[in-house]
Amino acid sequence: MSVIYLDNNATTCVAPEVYRAMSPYFTQFYGNPSSMHRFGGQVARGLRESREAVAALIHAEANEIIFTSCGTEGDNAAIRAAVDSQPDKRHIITTAVEHPAILKPLQRLEKQGYAVTYLGVDSKGQLKLEELRRAIRDDTALISVMAANNETGTIFPIERIGHLAKECGVLFHVDAVQAAGKIPLDVSSGLIDFLVLSGHKFHGPKGIGVLYVRRGVRFRPLLAGGHQERGRRGGTENVPGIIGLGTAAELTLKTFDEDHTRMSQLRDRLEQGILSTISDTQRNGHPGLRLPNTANIGFKYVEGEAILLSLDREGICASSGSACTSGSLQPSHVLRAMGLPYTLLHGSIRFSLSRYTTGAEIEQVLGVISPMIGRLRDLSPFSRDNEATHPWLQEQTQRVGIA
Amino acid sequence: MWDYTDKVMTLFHEPHNMGAIAPEDCTDGEAIAVGEVGSIACGDALRLHLRIQKANDLILDARFQTFGCASAIASSSALTDLVKGKTLDEALRIDNRAIADFLGGLPQEKMHCSVMGQEALEAAIANYHGVAIAVEDDDDESPLICQCFGVTETRIKRVIRDNHLTSAEEVTNYIKAGGGCGSCLAELDDLVAEVYETPTATTESGTPTASRPAQPVEEEEPVSLPIVNLTNLQKIALIQSVLNQEIRPVLLEDGGDVDLYDVDGNLVYVSLQGACGQCASSRLTLKGFIERTLRDRVAPDLVLETLDV
Repeated sequence: MSVIYLDNNATTCVAPEVYRAMSPYFTQFYGNPSSMHRFGGQVARGLRESREAVAALIHAEANEIIFTSCGTEGDNAAIRAAVDSQPDKRHIITTAVEHPAILKPLQRLEKQGYAVTYLGVDSKGQLKLEELRRAIRDDTALISVMAANNETGTIFPIERIGHLAKECGVLFHVDAVQAAGKIPLDVSSGLIDFLVLSGHKFHGPKGIGVLYVRRGVRFRPLLAGGHQERGRRGGTENVPGIIGLGTAAELTLKTFDEDHTRMSQLRDRLEQGILSTISDTQRNGHPGLRLPNTANIGFKYVEGEAILLSLDREGICASSGSACTSGSLQPSHVLRAMGLPYTLLHGSIRFSLSRYTTGAEIEQVLGVISPMIGRLRDLSPFSRDNEATHPWLQEQTQRVGIA
Repeated sequence: MWDYTDKVMTLFHEPHNMGAIAPEDCTDGEAIAVGEVGSIACGDALRLHLRIQKANDLILDARFQTFGCASAIASSSALTDLVKGKTLDEALRIDNRAIADFLGGLPQEKMHCSVMGQEALEAAIANYHGVAIAVEDDDDESPLICQCFGVTETRIKRVIRDNHLTSAEEVTNYIKAGGGCGSCLAELDDLVAEVYETPTATTESGTPTASRPAQPVEEEEPVSLPIVNLTNLQKIALIQSVLNQEIRPVLLEDGGDVDLYDVDGNLVYVSLQGACGQCASSRLTLKGFIERTLRDRVAPDLVLETLDV
């Protein structure tokens, strides 16, 4: 059975060009770039070129780029650097819909006595800037906001937040892991102090990420060690990963407009096809301000894991924010923050496309999904007819014991 | 992806007995019993329909409607296969472990799906006997431990006891309590400790090592563990002891009581007294509480009957 992969916000395939570029760095150019011989020197040249390519992707300077092991490391390092370099500031602002790579380290800081403000979002997943303005305090060390949400694709107004941060003298960190390759990223205005990317989200390899640190921002390394990355991140470089990341960045710049148009057209076809043929469905996220590749759709009265496993049987890979797929018992914190009703919350599915998604694949999904949802709804005790009256839909739980 | 058995996946994709039973599906002498558990807020819900031959309490048909994941749907299908053709008394012996076993096992994190099946069955039978309100009232008196999923202390203790759970994490897997904000996890640990004592063994080096809790400590003098190959006298003494220490205090709280009348092999004859003797749900009390407790504490093959004396 052929696989239709629509889970590209989880990870993407390595582009063939990227794979080809990486390959010799495993077997042929395996020297340590820090070595003082020619064999290592040629590797150092490859690293330099990759750094320049990544810098070009976000309009940065090459020496503002730190290679990391992943997006999570970059996010953790940015947060750590912001608080370590401003010991008198004990407050951080973020949003309720961030990735765990942000939320977890911030929760840890809370235990260490820091105050964290988690900004809410509206029903479309969008921030209220006025709330952000009100949240800024004299002792605010950092504003940490994602460029685009990984579940809904909703894009945050990064430039406006950046202006606000600069006006108030607060450092600004952008988790751009999900945005890279899908929307333009530009740090040249100087509004962003830290920005994080991850290679495997835009057809680079896994295990390589980027932390941009604006020139002039005080930085304390998370990984203290050797002099690699100008002393900002110890550890021998993941050379093939960096070469792959650089190639992926080049490729992204080259095909950006074409990819954007193509993905958004296919995404809209998928979304409209579902919303127009299957009743009781809705788009989750902002209708306009969102990534071109992401469609998050809520299917009322059915549960997400059941949909995912039914799709999987047809060779279709997607993702769900339902509790049952996450190992947690609570559904997606992002969808909950948006105030989705329970009738939708557990049955929301994320379809995320890539530059390699084809129209035929989208049509194939549309061909099977309607009867699939119909079958699961036939199984469900919930329906539009009983939504208004059924006590199960009104109550948190129904408790039954034994006499 | 969860490590589901082939049986779970088969029954998820092609479930048996889905749907509802309507009054027109019944003939004279038959009744429909409905049990509903869960909620859309919790992420899984099951409505079970039983068609019952009233003359002999025989389950002629069973159907389900389930909102939930693959294991919830498979558990519901398994439940309906298990109960069809059984009497209500026989059906009450089907617990969540039987459902999970029927499926070839469930991931630990999904055991709550099997518990939901057991509870829907009990709810249906309770409704059939017209005692659903009493059941909920009883439960409502118990403190609410998990606010996120609305789980009471009574229910948590019962699941701990029935499934020999030993940690808050296991409680969450089986009944969801603690799986939300997590603020009740410490209380769950306390309840586990309350239900069981944790005997410690001492290694040769003298380091105490925790072993699996095995013995309820609801009384100051815990009942001895069931032993293999009990003599008749030992069995009777153990039954009497469990009745006195674990069962009678619960019944006395509700104005009821129970007396041991006789033991004949695996048949245990008791007499329900006071409120229990006149209660419409006395059969449930007998099978769902007294028999289950004695089976857990004395021998798994015990069958309880009441005797009019």
